[in-house]
Amino acid sequence: MAGLMESTSPFGRFWSEFRQNRIALGALAVVAVIVAIAILAPWITPQNPYDLSNLVLTDARRPPGFVGSKGFTHWLGTDAQGRDLYSAILYGLRISIEVGLVAGALAFAIGVTLGTFAAYLGGRIEALIMRVIDLQLSFPAILLALVLAAVLGQGKGPLIAALVTAQYAYFARTAHGAASAERSKEYVEAALSTPLSPRRVVFRHILPNCLPPLIVVATVQIANSIALEATLSFLGLGLPVSEPSLGMLIANGFQYMLSGRYWISIYPGVALIVLIVAINLVGDQIRDQLNPRLRR
Amino acid sequence: MTAPLLEVENLATHFMTRSGPLKAVDGVSFTVEAGEIVGLVGESGSGKSVTGFSILGLIDPPGQIAGGSVKLDGEELVGLPPGQLRAIRGKRISMVFQDPSATLNPVLTIGHQMRLAIEAHEKVSEKAARDRAAEALTRVGIPDAARRLDAHPHQFSGGMRQRVAIAIALLNRPALIICDEPTTALDVSIQAQILTEMKALARDLGTAMIWISHDLATVSSIASRLLVMYAGRIIEEGPVATVLRAPRHPYTAGLLASLPANAAPGQDLTQIPGSTPSLFALPPGCAFAPRCPQVHPECGTMPDLVRDGDRAVRCHFPLKTGGHP
Amino acid sequence: MIGFIIHRVMQAFVVMAVISLLVFIGVYAIGNPIDVLISPDATQQIREDAIRAYGLDQPLWKQYLDFVTRLLHGDFGRSFVYNMPVLELIGSRLPATTELALAAVMGATLLGVPLGMYAGYRPDGVLAKTIMAVSILGFSVPTFWIGLVLIFTFAVQLGWLPAGGRGDTTTLFGIEWSFLTFDGLTHLFLPALNLSLFKFAMMVRLARAGTRETMLTDTVKFARAAGESEWTILTRHVLRLIAIPIVTVFGLELGSTLAFAVVTETIFSWPGVGKLIIDSISSLDRPVMVAYLMLVAFFFILINLAVDLSYAALDPRLRARRA
Repeated sequence: MAGLMESTSPFGRFWSEFRQNRIALGALAVVAVIVAIAILAPWITPQNPYDLSNLVLTDARRPPGFVGSKGFTHWLGTDAQGRDLYSAILYGLRISIEVGLVAGALAFAIGVTLGTFAAYLGGRIEALIMRVIDLQLSFPAILLALVLAAVLGQGKGPLIAALVTAQYAYFARTAHGAASAERSKEYVEAALSTPLSPRRVVFRHILPNCLPPLIVVATVQIANSIALEATLSFLGLGLPVSEPSLGMLIANGFQYMLSGRYWISIYPGVALIVLIVAINLVGDQIRDQLNPRLRR
Repeated sequence: MTAPLLEVENLATHFMTRSGPLKAVDGVSFTVEAGEIVGLVGESGSGKSVTGFSILGLIDPPGQIAGGSVKLDGEELVGLPPGQLRAIRGKRISMVFQDPSATLNPVLTIGHQMRLAIEAHEKVSEKAARDRAAEALTRVGIPDAARRLDAHPHQFSGGMRQRVAIAIALLNRPALIICDEPTTALDVSIQAQILTEMKALARDLGTAMIWISHDLATVSSIASRLLVMYAGRIIEEGPVATVLRAPRHPYTAGLLASLPANAAPGQDLTQIPGSTPSLFALPPGCAFAPRCPQVHPECGTMPDLVRDGDRAVRCHFPLKTGGHP
Repeated sequence: MIGFIIHRVMQAFVVMAVISLLVFIGVYAIGNPIDVLISPDATQQIREDAIRAYGLDQPLWKQYLDFVTRLLHGDFGRSFVYNMPVLELIGSRLPATTELALAAVMGATLLGVPLGMYAGYRPDGVLAKTIMAVSILGFSVPTFWIGLVLIFTFAVQLGWLPAGGRGDTTTLFGIEWSFLTFDGLTHLFLPALNLSLFKFAMMVRLARAGTRETMLTDTVKFARAAGESEWTILTRHVLRLIAIPIVTVFGLELGSTLAFAVVTETIFSWPGVGKLIIDSISSLDRPVMVAYLMLVAFFFILINLAVDLSYAALDPRLRARRA
């Protein structure tokens, strides 16, 4: 049977099929909106929740709709330190996205480079690298991150280091698998017989063909980074108390939930969940579309 | 004149794709007598495999049987409720597929798989099932059958695996076996063996066969009657020897001419110009028209399948003499 | 086959040795090693005595050897906070975590695999889509959040179940278990549910993907052509075929479940090993941290070994290669 669809660019075809799944499309829109409001946070919030001088303790733990002593309405209530929850959530989203993207990007770069070169170099080096990767993969990311965060202390840098360490292995394994499959294909042999340097062969020729599974892993890992950071913050490791990420907000509000002041935990939680689920839905659709075994 | 075992009339199977319905099988009619071996020949995409699957109702969505009838001993199969259709599959009509390493379950023993096929139709004790399975294996020429029952498919060679698949198909003594390119994936030497054995088996058990293949040579050595398909339709029918000696459809003639065996040594192989049409872009009339050496304006209308004794041809200008145009 | 087992066991030893080295370096060589063994607020005299007593003035390699020797004798030191041998401490909390983890894992698998298979069998049905939606939630939503919601809904709003802690226990084989009492069960339910959701989601998605792929293969078509019922096909063919990837992930996720028990135990105040480690990290009870890491590593290797062995049992093709 000859080609069925009008052949536009590969991305064009991918996008038109993606568009047809309304759930994924909706999820993508949600992600875009969240990213947008996170970037615009300083301009669309009435308060900078990280500036301690903004906080009024007597305004703490107030329910949604309360009009604070600064004169504006706290649409989502306030937390235990008197922070406007709406502002805190938006700033928290910023942190989540930033950490998720940075950790994801670093893990991607490190992991993919490692995996592709392992596949390219072959032999004992490859075996050794992959053994280490496999070993690390059998350890749950959260344990690794926990231990690292405990050892390295608090702060954004150590947190990102912990996240990257916990996640680069997925990229490495996927890249290695894809690169191995590509390596045995003929075009690589052809490229290697030219005067091009090995590094160029890997980056310009092998890598682009390995991209589809890597894109899937990347989306999932970004969502995982965000979730992992939230979990770590919730457990008390990670970012300092003065710059609460969503996880910390939730943790702080946990104790008040049992006495009915649910909003302190629930609203940040909802924001977090929406972000993570949306990213995962988009990632799911991408994966289904790129899976060759489901194409009939 | 007894009623034919299988009667297919105007069978149509369509696949619903985003670009519209793909008419893989478009109005196919033929019969199979009890004990007869019929060959169904065509290129990839001609619809021959889909025809075979359609008879057993094994078409997965987005495909569906869009019309026509399939009668087994007078009983209509199209539209039969799933439970009744299942009772027929494996018991009255069986099927052998092309690649035995894909059809046999790699994680189950042969004996287990055969037992499942038996138990699908009757309640038997485990011992009785084992005995029947061992007997079936011996019949298809597998030595040491009883012990082999506990082996897994990967412990057999390709030819043996196909024999196992054939044994499974014969387990419940079906009246008809549909073979979909069963020897294509095998070595040439094994091919010949399996062909001879299957022919003998069919004769001994009185089983009818529909042998689907793209290879004229193998089909002609086993079948007594030949059906040629092109673009979802039957375009020629007749006794094997006659069709091969004196084809009436230009396509059949072209196929025969392009066989390496028919070419003189050192000579360029004759080819049918062009390529099989996409089933989405079929010409309004005869599907072979764009490639036919004797195309005529009248070929813009679809020719009917015209019967003449034991032969039939779908062409406005069937070839009169045997051989080339 | 035996050769295979021996090979893997030897590998396990090597890995354990490597991990012991890593842990040693991480804890003893980074930072002030004496802080691992002595509470940070001991006097200077005690510190000096301890340094000598623990041989911390010895060369590093000798310290490592001592460390390993002590480990092999089961001496993990004493906890600062609880002032009891770490091994004993962990041992007393282990049953609670085991109970929780087992309940979660069994629930997730026994429920997840059939539901996932169904979703893969009829992927376009409403039920399948619902199952998948729930699985996405279980998979992407952080465990702590679900725990929160569970407590909020069932304990605070509805008041049906307790908000935390472990219920009454009965002693069986000398160990205390709580699932044998009704009170114990009510306390076990929410945390087990919380912990199981992630694994449940994984199982559902795996089973669905595997089933969906397998249903399109020739094996299934051949079985249908032989007249086998859909039920037979699903239970005898598909289930056996998807078992291998499911068992792999089951094994890997077992470790993950144990790890996430940390979160669940914290939220539900479940007195298990997970809560212990979190408390130890915040109170800098390093002997406990060291012991926990080593034990977790050991457990992981055990799991990996078990998964590898079950591969050979499930996939006969592997048996031939190993023989």
